[in-house]
Amino acid sequence: MGNIKRKIFSIIGNVIAIITSLVVMIPLIVLLINSFKSSGEANSMSLKLPEKWMFENYLVVIEQGKLVSSFFNGLLYATCSVLIIILVVSAAAFVISRNFKGINKFVYYFIIAGIAMPINNVALMKVMQALHLVNTRYGIVLLYAAINIPLSLFLCYGFIGTIPREIDEAAVIDGCTPFKLFTRIIAPLLKPIISTLFVLNFMAVWNDFTMPLYYLNNSRKWPMTLAVYNFFGAFENSWNLVSADIILTLLPVLIIFILGQKYIVGGVSAGAVKG
Amino acid sequence: MILAVMYYFGLPNVLGTRVSRAKRYLVRTAWRTIITIDRKGVRQNMDRKKLYPWYFTGGALIIFFLLCFLPGMIGIFYSFTDWNNFTSEVNFVGLKNYKEIFEGNSEYIKYIMNTIVFTIVTTIMKTVVGLALALLLTQKFVKFKTFHRMVIFSPQVMSYLVVGLVFKSMLHPTTGFLNNFLRSIGLDWLAKNWLTDLKLVFPSVMTVDTWKGMGYIMVVIIAGLLSISPDYYEAASIDGASFWQKFRCITLPLLRPIVINVTVLNVTYGLRVFDMIYSLTNGGPGNATGVINTAVYKEFSKGDFAMGTTLSSILFLFVLCLLYFIIKSMENKEVDM
Repeated sequence: MGNIKRKIFSIIGNVIAIITSLVVMIPLIVLLINSFKSSGEANSMSLKLPEKWMFENYLVVIEQGKLVSSFFNGLLYATCSVLIIILVVSAAAFVISRNFKGINKFVYYFIIAGIAMPINNVALMKVMQALHLVNTRYGIVLLYAAINIPLSLFLCYGFIGTIPREIDEAAVIDGCTPFKLFTRIIAPLLKPIISTLFVLNFMAVWNDFTMPLYYLNNSRKWPMTLAVYNFFGAFENSWNLVSADIILTLLPVLIIFILGQKYIVGGVSAGAVKG
Repeated sequence: MILAVMYYFGLPNVLGTRVSRAKRYLVRTAWRTIITIDRKGVRQNMDRKKLYPWYFTGGALIIFFLLCFLPGMIGIFYSFTDWNNFTSEVNFVGLKNYKEIFEGNSEYIKYIMNTIVFTIVTTIMKTVVGLALALLLTQKFVKFKTFHRMVIFSPQVMSYLVVGLVFKSMLHPTTGFLNNFLRSIGLDWLAKNWLTDLKLVFPSVMTVDTWKGMGYIMVVIIAGLLSISPDYYEAASIDGASFWQKFRCITLPLLRPIVINVTVLNVTYGLRVFDMIYSLTNGGPGNATGVINTAVYKEFSKGDFAMGTTLSSILFLFVLCLLYFIIKSMENKEVDM
């Protein structure tokens, strides 16, 4: 009796797991199939394989959708802002974690409050104008760095707490200056958290859509998300082209996801679980 | 082992208290020793202020202050003015903008209500679905667990905008995949105008958001589940606890900090939602799915900056009230991995 019951449970459980995975995967598979169809065939989206595989859809999309320039824009914004984040956050987290009192404590809570606080985009426009950052590439890079600093600091602070302080003492006895202590001794120990920060922030910046929508009105400076949104507006009736465009936008993050899975899953769960 | 469970739940028993007292004493002594050694070390070898110079925090602080904190403050200031795109003059108008939002039955009230409904419903849906999936995908009998976990997590790495566009095409009433699929299996009556029907559009949007967000909650909860020692379950099984009893008395209490944590993350996300709704419906049809941030963008593009910044400031002040609880919940360290 118990055996049969267990078997039924296991079948039901497996079926539910498979259905959920399908619900997640099917939209992507449909898009992939549709991106190879001719525009007439793609008018009704289905899982049917295309009669003729139209690989030229992708060429059309890359040309019409300005995907090459927006790809490099996105890459530039993501890489630069991530480098800034890693630099300023690891230094700040090091000092705050080692000397957690007085003003450092205040600075810590002040910054990590930014994890929850919404950004006032309208007033931010005013600040950006005053600093001459509107519609510039370095402006958007700095902005991305700013909005991603709070969570990065929170994660990095938690990590540095696990590095024993005796290392600092040993270094000081051997005559290290603070700067040397940080760059030569502490920074190499931060490799795991830096990889996590890199992957998480890279994806956050790559996927963001709000900031360029507000602060970049020159289509040559658009990152991929904004380019695909505009392409969607212009070609709303050619589902095959739209599908191809979406697939091309998804591809980089999916590749990073598969390569950096360890850091992503580790990072997101550390953020919540370890706290 | 049973003792361990009872000890954990603080059941009143003599042995338990004695163990805990002894333990507490040991920990306290050890702690004192460590502190004394540490203090001596610090005093002899280094001056903390010199070794950890304050200006190391400078970079992060300046960037964050200028581009995140300052706009919030300036925004509150400008919410008392009539700042707009058409004149360069900015006049002080007192509470006029706030009155316009809260007086009568303005569309702004609808946006605020929508934001709250969106936040509450998506938080509950994501947590429930995520918890259920996490429990399912940690059971022994499920095959290909890692594969399922990876697939269900994968939407998390996609842009909200792209997810919005994907579902805009999936849910298209005539050419979309969902309706085609429903028709092909003979369920024509279920094929609806998912994104244009006033009654259906908000639930559709929230379902799409759950589709994207459930994987994250699942992964986090799985990490929490795996950190629970199997001894507890073993002990409970020996005592003849059913699955439901084990879930209610062991899993849930031990997961509580994590669940609170992800709830807080979901709430702060829900209040700030923009990309997903902007790309799926752009607040439409009418303003059925408009939320605070889509309204802010609308006012911004209309040139009515004062109204935009007022709406933003309301959100800002609202989150500020919750901030204490948010930070407290992020900092809990009850679970170690």
